[in-house]
Amino acid sequence: MGILEVKDVGKRFGGLQALSDVNLSVQENSVHAIIGPNGAGKSTLLNCLVGKLIPDTGSVMFDGQSVLGRAPYEINQMGISRVFQTPEIFGDLTVLENMMIPCFAKRDGAFELNALSAVLKQKDILQKAEHMLEEMNMADKRHMNAAAMSRGDKRRLEIGMCLSQEPRLLLLDEPTAGMARADTNNTIDLLKQISDERDITIAIIEHDMHVVFSLANRITVLAQGTPLVEDDPQNIRGNPKVREAYLGESA
Amino acid sequence: MDAILLQILNGLDKGSAYALIALGLTLIFGTLGVVNFAHGALFMIGAFCAVTLQRILNLSFEFVDETQTDFLGNPLKVKTPYVEAWFGPDIGGSIIDWAVPLAILFAIPIMIGVGYVMERGLIKHFYKRPHADQILVTFGLAIVLQEVVKYFYGANPIQTPAPDTLNGVVNLGAAIGMDIVYPVWRVVYFFFAVLIIGGIFCFLQFTTFGMVVRAGMADRETVGLLGINIDRRFTIMFGIAAAVAGLAGVMYTPINSPNYHMGMDFLVLSFVVVVVGGMGSLPGAVLAGFLLGVLESFASMNEVKSLLPGIDQIIIYVVAIIILLTRPRGLMGRKGVMEE
Amino acid sequence: MFGLDKKDTSKLIIVACLALLAPFILNPFPTDSALAQFNAGYPDLMQRFVIFGIFAIGFNILFGLTGYLSFGHAAFLGVGSYSAVWMFKLIGMNVIPAIVLSVIVAGLFALLIGFVSLRRSGIYFSILTLAFAQMSFNLAYSVLTPITNGETGLQLTLEDPRILGVSATADGSIPVTNLFGLEMRSTFELALGPWAFQFNAGYYLCALIMLAAFYLAIRIFRSPFGMMLRAVKSNQQRMNYTGLNTRPYTLAAFVISGMYAGLAGGLMASMDPLAGAERMQWTASGEVVLMTILGGAGTLIGPVLGAGFIKYFENIFSKINDNVLHTWFSFLPDGMEDAVVFIIHPFIGKGWHLTLGILFMLVVIFLPGGLVEGGQRIKGWLSRRKAKDGGKAAGETNPAE
Repeated sequence: MGILEVKDVGKRFGGLQALSDVNLSVQENSVHAIIGPNGAGKSTLLNCLVGKLIPDTGSVMFDGQSVLGRAPYEINQMGISRVFQTPEIFGDLTVLENMMIPCFAKRDGAFELNALSAVLKQKDILQKAEHMLEEMNMADKRHMNAAAMSRGDKRRLEIGMCLSQEPRLLLLDEPTAGMARADTNNTIDLLKQISDERDITIAIIEHDMHVVFSLANRITVLAQGTPLVEDDPQNIRGNPKVREAYLGESA
Repeated sequence: MDAILLQILNGLDKGSAYALIALGLTLIFGTLGVVNFAHGALFMIGAFCAVTLQRILNLSFEFVDETQTDFLGNPLKVKTPYVEAWFGPDIGGSIIDWAVPLAILFAIPIMIGVGYVMERGLIKHFYKRPHADQILVTFGLAIVLQEVVKYFYGANPIQTPAPDTLNGVVNLGAAIGMDIVYPVWRVVYFFFAVLIIGGIFCFLQFTTFGMVVRAGMADRETVGLLGINIDRRFTIMFGIAAAVAGLAGVMYTPINSPNYHMGMDFLVLSFVVVVVGGMGSLPGAVLAGFLLGVLESFASMNEVKSLLPGIDQIIIYVVAIIILLTRPRGLMGRKGVMEE
Repeated sequence: MFGLDKKDTSKLIIVACLALLAPFILNPFPTDSALAQFNAGYPDLMQRFVIFGIFAIGFNILFGLTGYLSFGHAAFLGVGSYSAVWMFKLIGMNVIPAIVLSVIVAGLFALLIGFVSLRRSGIYFSILTLAFAQMSFNLAYSVLTPITNGETGLQLTLEDPRILGVSATADGSIPVTNLFGLEMRSTFELALGPWAFQFNAGYYLCALIMLAAFYLAIRIFRSPFGMMLRAVKSNQQRMNYTGLNTRPYTLAAFVISGMYAGLAGGLMASMDPLAGAERMQWTASGEVVLMTILGGAGTLIGPVLGAGFIKYFENIFSKINDNVLHTWFSFLPDGMEDAVVFIIHPFIGKGWHLTLGILFMLVVIFLPGGLVEGGQRIKGWLSRRKAKDGGKAAGETNPAE
């Protein structure tokens, strides 16, 4: 039984069957990659997992509980954190504040009317945020406006924000899209380190095979809205169906 | 039955004004992505174009007619408008009488000019700014325009009558054996509005220009990538939207004597109309305009008012709130417009 | 001090000094000098300064922090005024129950409107709040006349019950508003040489309440709640995916700012016990938006500055007339004097709204951060110039060494 169980999920947009019969099981503490050519339904699937979309059929269970029909913030509070394709951070706030907000969400829940105590008096939160900044190697940028950082730094900040919530499952949506090679490699190293050092499950949607094969220990290939195959990386490499799905379009 | 038909008709003229203003708002919003709080002011400026033309036509010179005397026994001073002196009392007189319809010709270039200056001089710089800034700056502009008009024309409503021949009433029900007495000018206004709305739709549907604008409304970036100079077309579109609002104002003057704050009064309602119709949807704006006009008219019937006191004052807002909450996109709105 | 850091404490002290010394600051000209008409230290004017200050401070908690632009806040002010006047009619002339009720009623009203309006964001939110306010305005004029007294406005009469007070005073007039016996209208006049300063009980009550409101706003700004509101403005998507429910945060901000507006309305009625629907009109809502933007939305001190600025210049500009202009420009040759007066004429007196509209546009176009940003820019420019001069001086001395 995996930490995330997707059963018979289907989703239709008008005349387009975006997903059909998707079955997927993400094992605890694994790095599970979901790959597939453009239009395979990767993003739709991801949106079904985090509550942005509700599938027409099937079920999505996280740690034995259904996530369907719950709002994104509720699903996050269950222990799923999401990293976006283009980093979503609080651009108008400082880096330190960015890091504090998920710490508050972890401590106080989805809503807390904490209107009279000063932020600077929340020592536990401050400490935790500072610690995470150091871990992400960006302590020197703590008073910078988050929007002013480079794309690579924004990505690291976003991952750090997700980690500071101590999620059980970290979902990444093409985390290296549009990045230079060096930044991509840094991100790979960071994610490797995270999965090695922490008690965390990572599910990653990726286009870049270099990233997928450097990180994943389990891969699901999605094609035309349905899983083609789910296997270990070495088996995926040699699988003719995968070659066809992928190379068939590019070759 | 007669009463119901009469209420529908009563709603149509106000509905026409809503529809015309909402149409312009939607054109601007759909093409430029700008929320124009000064659009009501354009309606008001149109109305004052009619007032101005009427005043120009009435410019008179005075001469002393020695052959006649006034009641004090002094020689009579006769005022004659220049127009009558030039064209003779018959033609000149009817020119003055027809000031409001003539103001259409007068208002079109003025409104297009005002629209052009507004877009190039101000709105253009706000395309990339947040919607809140657009609202605020056009709100400021609306105040300024309103105050300028107030400065020149005063705070009181100014009577601008329709031509005599169109000033009476007509029994619209005569042909079908019913008794529906209705002011002629309101009938004229309705058909005028239908004509303009039809014209705009044909223009967008059947001309290349219109096609590009419609494509731009659907997906601005892609059209920009095609190398089409969309900005210039949008400027023209803004001018057209301004002219539509202005003409709506010109023709509305005999129905409601124009005053400087009429623009604001209509703007709030027109915004509600746009939201009900669906932001970015032209047919939605027109439909919602007429619909709300008629609803308002029904709500002001005595039978309805005795049942639900005050309903006539709030019906439009209540409808808007219900629509927004149940169908956030409005009656005919497209997906993704202004949904953050 | 008071749990604030040094910078915020100094802001509080500045505002406190401005508010408490206002009778001096606003009356710089001797009473019989020609400039005395620019004095603004009159009780009713000073009361308006601080009351609108409270209104703007509250509005800023919503707009400045969350970015939700409400065009219907005047409705809460109006509701607050009506509640307060009803308290004066039914209970008695003490202002405390009136103010408390106006805050509560405005808060409940804001809860209702906010609950509906906040289901949409952006421009939809603005239009919804506008629609609600306009609806309340229309209702106040029509069906709700028994409560609002329609166009005449709600006033005190000699027949009001006032169960904890008297319906009429011994000499048969309507009693006046008071704070446990201290009449709001009582004014102490201090004559210092040619100057005359007025200290009004009502003003000082308003000023103290404004300081409390300002202090509370600082606390909110610096709290985790305030940080969450800024996060809402910055990125709602990230909020949702960080396990935070944005709706109650924005609703709480909306209700708090509605209560501030109600407080302002209640104070307004406490100073002058009548209430009319025109206070709820959307132009009134536009005015508070204007004050906040002009001062600097999202800054602490901005709304206070904005409110003071607009109310002060409203007073001054409305007072200037052509005669005043002629005396000012009498040094010019006759023709030119007339021309200058002619040009300025539309902007003064009744033309104040024109000036206001232009000012508004200029601020939004060139100075979106308002007066506070303007001040910072000047400060930055000065320090850069200083640094440049310093650098130059250093550069000149270097070769000599």
